[in-house]
Amino acid sequence: MSNNVYVVAEHIKGRFDDITFEMLGKGKEIAGALGGEVVAVLAGSGVKGMASQLGTASKVICIESEALQQFSPLAYAKAVSAVVGAHQPAIVLTGYTSMGMEIGPAVSVDLNIPLVSFVGSLSVDGGKAVAVSQLYGGKMNVESHADGNQCIISILPGAFPADAGRSSGSPAVEDFAAPDLSGLAVTFKKLIEPEGGDVDITTQDILVSAGRGIQSDENLPIVEELAKKIGGAVSCSRPLVDSKWMPKTRQVGKSGLKVKPKLYLALGISGAPEHIEGMKDAGLIIAVNSDPKAPIFDYAHYGVVGDLFEIIPALTGKL
Amino acid sequence: MNIIVPIKQVPDLVEELEIDASGVDLDRSSLKLKLNEFDDHALEEALILKEETGSTVTAIALEAEDVDKILFTAFAKGADKIIKVTGLENPSAHQAAQAMAEVIMGLSPDLVMTGVQAVDDRDGQIPVLLAHYLKIPHVSVVTSVKAEGGGVTVSKEYGGGLVAEFEAKLPLVVGVQAARQSPRYVPVAKVRQVMKSATIEEVAAGSTSATAGSSVKRFFKPEGGRGAEMLEGSAEEQASKIIQTLKEKGIIK
Ligand SMILES: Cc1cc2nc3c(=O)[nH]c(=O)nc-3n(C[C@H](O)[C@H](O)[C@H](O)COP(=O)(O)OP(=O)(O)OC[C@H]3O[C@@H](n4cnc5c(N)ncnc54)[C@H](O)[C@@H]3O)c2cc1C
Repeated sequence: MSNNVYVVAEHIKGRFDDITFEMLGKGKEIAGALGGEVVAVLAGSGVKGMASQLGTASKVICIESEALQQFSPLAYAKAVSAVVGAHQPAIVLTGYTSMGMEIGPAVSVDLNIPLVSFVGSLSVDGGKAVAVSQLYGGKMNVESHADGNQCIISILPGAFPADAGRSSGSPAVEDFAAPDLSGLAVTFKKLIEPEGGDVDITTQDILVSAGRGIQSDENLPIVEELAKKIGGAVSCSRPLVDSKWMPKTRQVGKSGLKVKPKLYLALGISGAPEHIEGMKDAGLIIAVNSDPKAPIFDYAHYGVVGDLFEIIPALTGKL
Repeated sequence: MNIIVPIKQVPDLVEELEIDASGVDLDRSSLKLKLNEFDDHALEEALILKEETGSTVTAIALEAEDVDKILFTAFAKGADKIIKVTGLENPSAHQAAQAMAEVIMGLSPDLVMTGVQAVDDRDGQIPVLLAHYLKIPHVSVVTSVKAEGGGVTVSKEYGGGLVAEFEAKLPLVVGVQAARQSPRYVPVAKVRQVMKSATIEEVAAGSTSATAGSSVKRFFKPEGGRGAEMLEGSAEEQASKIIQTLKEKGIIK
């Protein structure tokens, strides 16, 4: 086993996702503490040219294959397993993302390496990983220590600064022969782009954002009225989209859009890590929630513990 | 198709969470439990498939406090069979997945559909762990599963609303993020009726070799209100304070 930290790079449509840089920055720090190096694992087809963007890594391991042209759960899991199995790094970082969620648990079972998930803070103690997971929708932190010297860590997007890992350069590029990826039972068909909406919430200065606390789509008009009065647009958390109360284009968060308005008014949103990911960089966050322990208050600049059905009309009335 | 839906309960986050005396677990005596919302979506998508294709749906859960309730509810919603796997106490995700896999293997599944995540999945998410113990393929973070030409077409979500479509042969494990429609509601009276008529099949868990491979050292609450200045008073006063703040910051005039 080595003291190295391997980062599973994520890319789509020829671009690295921020999580890649977030993990590289953190990975470099952790590798330093272990006396090893941070190494990027880059799987794809014709992706070698992208390696120069991963200058934070000492080395980029490139696995190229036709079967890796597009992300595919099994093919990518097998490719990463092959590298990790052959090189035995101390720590593997994957994103707690749609792609990483297919890879981390797969490698964990295939190679019998422990996995810690939902991780928002990571350090090393006595050569072993110490990871803090944000469990229970962000309401509880749980610190885990790896039992052995190897661990896979699934990192929450936005937990570490991307800038710390964003540096171009010319890391050593090493080819790794892809394992047999023929005849896999899951095949990529196509990418479907999101439909354009009437409003682009990523360009709004003011977002009035509704969560499940709104209880029913029949209550949405009071949110719309407030948004109109304050001069903003309505956005929302995921459950409102899953319930078909709001279009997908208004969803803020991990599987929705990242927004950075001057004001983000969170109404009845608990502040689950997947939501926080999409709005934590807003200029001013004001949260209204009936639960004083709601995690959203950990990220808001101002908090109001109260009933949104009282606060919203009061606000609208005063504008 | 033979569809297996593993489900479980998680703490209802509306209630206050407390840490127990050990410091490495929740105080379970004060917990209110509810069905993991993503498992609810998995069950819904399975029931839609059942209606579309005449599949059979089996809901399966590991023994835990009050777990009969979610199994009977699944039956009331339309599951054909309900199974409880007994004999595992507070398993890690790896252990739960391995025990589940052993039982599911014996059921010859075409599709295994379960929630993409649960709020307490410390050592990994069930769908992909399960798939690798079952040694069958997986697609997770899925928002629709459609039967097509002997296999299925699944939609997997990335960030920003981007979706990838995959064609998959069976068997397959699917981690469901959201069903095509909101999970159906079933009246309590109907669940009560089912409790009298339906039976839960019990299967003992085999011995599991899987461990999390990591140990919990402590539970601690995030520092509540870190950063947030709380605006107190009546609703009217709180609203006035919000508006005053917005004016001071130059966000509104
Ligand atoms: C892979 C993945 C991707 C995801 N992507 C996203 C994403 O992009 N965006 C997203 O939002 N979620 C996403 N989620 C879901 C996320 O985990 C949470 O389930 C979701 O954010 C919860 O939404 P919520 O805060 O509106 O609802 P809840 O967590 O149910 O919170 C409702 C809140 O309303 C409060 N409330 C209730 N009544 C009132 C009242 N009368 N007045 C004031 N407050 C009240 C409650 O105290 C509670 O805090 C994703 C999950 C997964 C697994």
